[in-house]
Parts: sequence; structure tokens; C-alpha cells
Amino acid sequence: MHAALAVEQVTKRYDNGFEALKGISFNVAQGDFFALLGPNGAGKSTTIGIISSLVRKSGGAIKVFGVDIDEDFSAAKQLIGVVPQEFNFSQFEKLIDILVHQAGYYGIPYREALALAERYLKQLGLWERKDQAARTLSGGMKRRLMIARALMHSPKLLILDEPTAGVDIELRRSMWEFLQEINRQGTTIILTTHYLEEAESLCRNIAIIDHGRIVENTSMKSLLKQLNKEHFVLDVSQPLTSAPLVEGYPIALRDEQSIEVEVEQSRSLNALFTQLSEQGIDVVSMRNKSNRLEELFLSLVDASLDSKQGAA
Amino acid sequence: MNSQQLWIAFVTIVHREIRRFLRIWPQTLLPPVITMVLYFVIFGKLIGGRIGDMAGLPYIQFVAPGLIMMSVITNSYSNVVSSFFSSKFQKNIEELLVSPTPNAIILAGYVAGGMCRGLGVGLIVTCVAIFFADLSLHSLPITIAIVLMTSLTFSLAGLINAVFAGSFDDISIIPTFVLTPLTYLGGVFYSIGLLGSFWGSVSLANPILYMVNAFRYGLTGITDINIVWAFAMLALFSAALFCWALYLLERGSKLRS
Repeated sequence: MHAALAVEQVTKRYDNGFEALKGISFNVAQGDFFALLGPNGAGKSTTIGIISSLVRKSGGAIKVFGVDIDEDFSAAKQLIGVVPQEFNFSQFEKLIDILVHQAGYYGIPYREALALAERYLKQLGLWERKDQAARTLSGGMKRRLMIARALMHSPKLLILDEPTAGVDIELRRSMWEFLQEINRQGTTIILTTHYLEEAESLCRNIAIIDHGRIVENTSMKSLLKQLNKEHFVLDVSQPLTSAPLVEGYPIALRDEQSIEVEVEQSRSLNALFTQLSEQGIDVVSMRNKSNRLEELFLSLVDASLDSKQGAA
Repeated sequence: MNSQQLWIAFVTIVHREIRRFLRIWPQTLLPPVITMVLYFVIFGKLIGGRIGDMAGLPYIQFVAPGLIMMSVITNSYSNVVSSFFSSKFQKNIEELLVSPTPNAIILAGYVAGGMCRGLGVGLIVTCVAIFFADLSLHSLPITIAIVLMTSLTFSLAGLINAVFAGSFDDISIIPTFVLTPLTYLGGVFYSIGLLGSFWGSVSLANPILYMVNAFRYGLTGITDINIVWAFAMLALFSAALFCWALYLLERGSKLRS
């Protein structure tokens, strides 16, 4: 079975000499929910631009469900739906027209396009506004409109570049549910996001790109396994003047009401609470210091930067 | 895409273009009508009566074909240049670029949209002209063919301008500094026989001269230039502009990085 997306040694050098991609390779399996992460300027949008034809690659090969974009880009484009980072629809057109026109560009007859537009506008909670000009929508609605537009030709591969940027938490959650549902129905999804919690919740596989190179490409599970330590913040009932000493658990005092504990994955939390209790310290609440993936992401990106500087 | 899908894509672009200029009719359809009424009143009635005949025709009948053609030229050009550039500016041209619609269909769709506006405004202006001048019809096929080719040529030119334009200033430079002077010097208001041999020869380098004269010939049977030569020049211009515009889209100039 062909991969939904096969990226092989793709390079991109802009006219000004800047090398945005330095031979990246990764595969996305059919039906996958795949995260492409990286700091700003790492090459994520360039990669998406090349897959969607808005950026011309300098070298390498890309196949979409086995279709080489250099041999039959038209067939490959039929398989791809793109939700770009920036709003790129006509601000003056009605929502219904934007969707029906989009379907027309893929050769879908008008009546069929109208039915599809109704379906997606309803699913994304925009049906009541179908006759409004796009410029009158809020930021979150515009994001949903772009998702609806990308789905109009029923793509087998949906690529979302920061789809929930600037969207409030409630709406973000409902968009997650929607994306998970279409993924369950068989659409392969590639997601770039700055919300690492989003990638951790939604994606099964991940590639991290930095300075135009893939620095990690694995499953989310095995990536998170690499984390052998977690940091917890414990709030205590009595004020503390110094960090308590607990064997096997390095502790730092954050302020007089909270401490930060480093816990290795192999260790039990029970032993920590028992020892704290023996010292007369009551823990009233506990939380993760930060997102686990975020820690790993930063360590991978830092490592990539260190190796670059070392090489220099 | 199969032929039916290509047709749907083409019709979608044309339909979107027509709806666009109809939606903003006070900007697209009304101004040329008002401008042309003023031209007819001032040049045709007020001044024209004192000028007398031009090339054997009453002055208002001489200028009417040129004024109709002027509106076709201006509107065909400005529809495509403003629509395509706005799509670039708002980035919604990307909707088409990421779709499987071939560049030739994108080009054909925008050009057909521009032609619809050019021909529509030309028709409205012709209706206005009927109130001021006794319009005759010498040859319907020549009249239709020349107006179609003119509209095609300037729609293509508008798209090329839009591809190169980086700002809204850039889409007004060509109409202001090239199109308007060429139109005014293209025999709309006078016969090139008045210019003498040197300036008359220089005028032959102006493509609009051929369009205006061929159209005038279609309506009145009177022309300053050879009609076959006019059609040949127009065919050459439109073919060259079509190839250039398609080349720019295929190359993705200023559209794909």
C-alpha cells in the first residue's frame, strides 16, 4: 500500500540563496494523524507549500498516494486539501459562494457542490451565515470556513497549517473533535501547530523539523517514552522556608506555598508523598509543570542547534 | 481532469468574474456610461457641430465607433487587472493555484470574464450612442469579430499587468500612462489623414488605431487603414499576449515562490 505522503530528499533553495529545506524525508501512512512540528522558520510552511504547489521545490521527490507530483500534479492535487495558515479567501464573497466556487475548481457540478457546501457549513456551525460576506466572520469562523473549503472535493489527505491559531479553547476542542471524526472516516491528516498539547492529543506520528532538517520522525508514543523525567508542582498547606529533602526526588522551592519535584518515570509517586507526609508536609494539589511534548520538543530543537553550532 | 471537469472549472471562474463586476456595478458599469454620455454631449453635440464632417461623416457619427471601442478596451482591461490583482493581494488566487485547474483554463476564465464586462459595457454604450448619433451597420461579421478580438487582446494585457503588479499603484500605471494616451492617439477623435505623412506613419505603430478603424469600418464602411491588415495585427497581438500570459502562469511568476 502506498504511503499517503512520501517526501524524499526534498530541498528548497530560494533565489536569494536561502536554503529552507536541506533534503528532508518522511512518510505519512494512509489514515494517519500526523504532526509536523518545528519552531518558526524551520521549514514547515515551505514543506506544505511544495506539497500544495505554491512553492517549487529545488530537488527531491514527493508522492501523494503513489502519484508523483512531478509526473501528474493534477491527479495529486485532487487528493490533497490544504488549510493554510493565513486567511486566503475573498473577503467580499458569501460563504456559500466561496465553497461552491472551490468545488467548481475541482470539476464538481454545481448541484453537487451546493449539497456539499450545505453539509460542511452545517457540520462546522456556519450554515446560518451562508449568505454573509466572509469579512463579517470572526477569526474562529474564518478558520472553520477554510476547513470546510478544503474538504469540498473530499480529499484523501488533509493538510492543516496552524488550524487553531487564535481560536478560543472551546472552539479549539470542537475543531479537534471534528478533525478526529474525519480522520476516523479515513482521511489522512497532517497538522502543523504551535499548541503542542494539540499535537499530543490528536496525532499518532510526528516529525520535528528544524533549520530545514528533520530532527525526529517517530510515533508520538515512542517520542514521549524518551522522556524519562517529569516535573511536578506541588502546592502545600503550610508555608515553607526551604525545600524539603527527600531521597531520590530532587526538590526545589518555588515559593513558600509550592515546591517543584523531578520524578523519574521508574519511580513511584507514593514514596514521595509518604516521605513528605512524614516530614509534616501536606500536599493540597499537584500539576505537571509543563506540557511533556513541549519539553521534548525544546530539547530536540536545542540539540539540533547545538550540533549546528558544533559543526560550525 | 476530464473535459467535463475542465468545462465546470472554466464556467466557475467566468461565473465568479461576472458576479463580481455585477455586485459592484456602481464602480464597474455606471461610470463608463456617464463618461460616454459626457463625451457624446461635449464632443458630439456641442463641439462636433462646429467641426463639421470628418472623413466624410458627421463628426458625431465619426467619433461614436471610437467611443464605443474605447469603453470596450478600458473595461476589458480594467476588469481583469483589478480582479486578478485583488485575488493576488487577498491571496485567494491560491484557491485556484492549489486546485487541479490547468493554467490555460485559469487564463481562459479570467479573460472570458474581462470580455464579458468589456462587451457588456460596449453594448450599454452603444445603446447610449443611439440617442446621440444615427448608427449604421456596414458589416455585422466584421463588427462582431473586431470587438471580440479587441476585448480578448486587452483582457490578456490586463492579466499580464496584474501578474507583474506588486501594488495597487502598479495596476493604474499602464492604464494611465499607456492605455489612455494610445486610445486618445488611436484615431478615436480624428482621422489620421489629418496628421500628415510622418505622424500618420508613426500612428501605425499604435495597435488601438487598427481596432478603432476596423470597428468604424464595421459600422460605417469608412476606415483609414486596410481592414485585412487590421485583423492580421490584432490576431498577432492577441496570440502574442496569450502566449506571454500563459507562460507567466506556467512559470508561476510572482504567484509561486
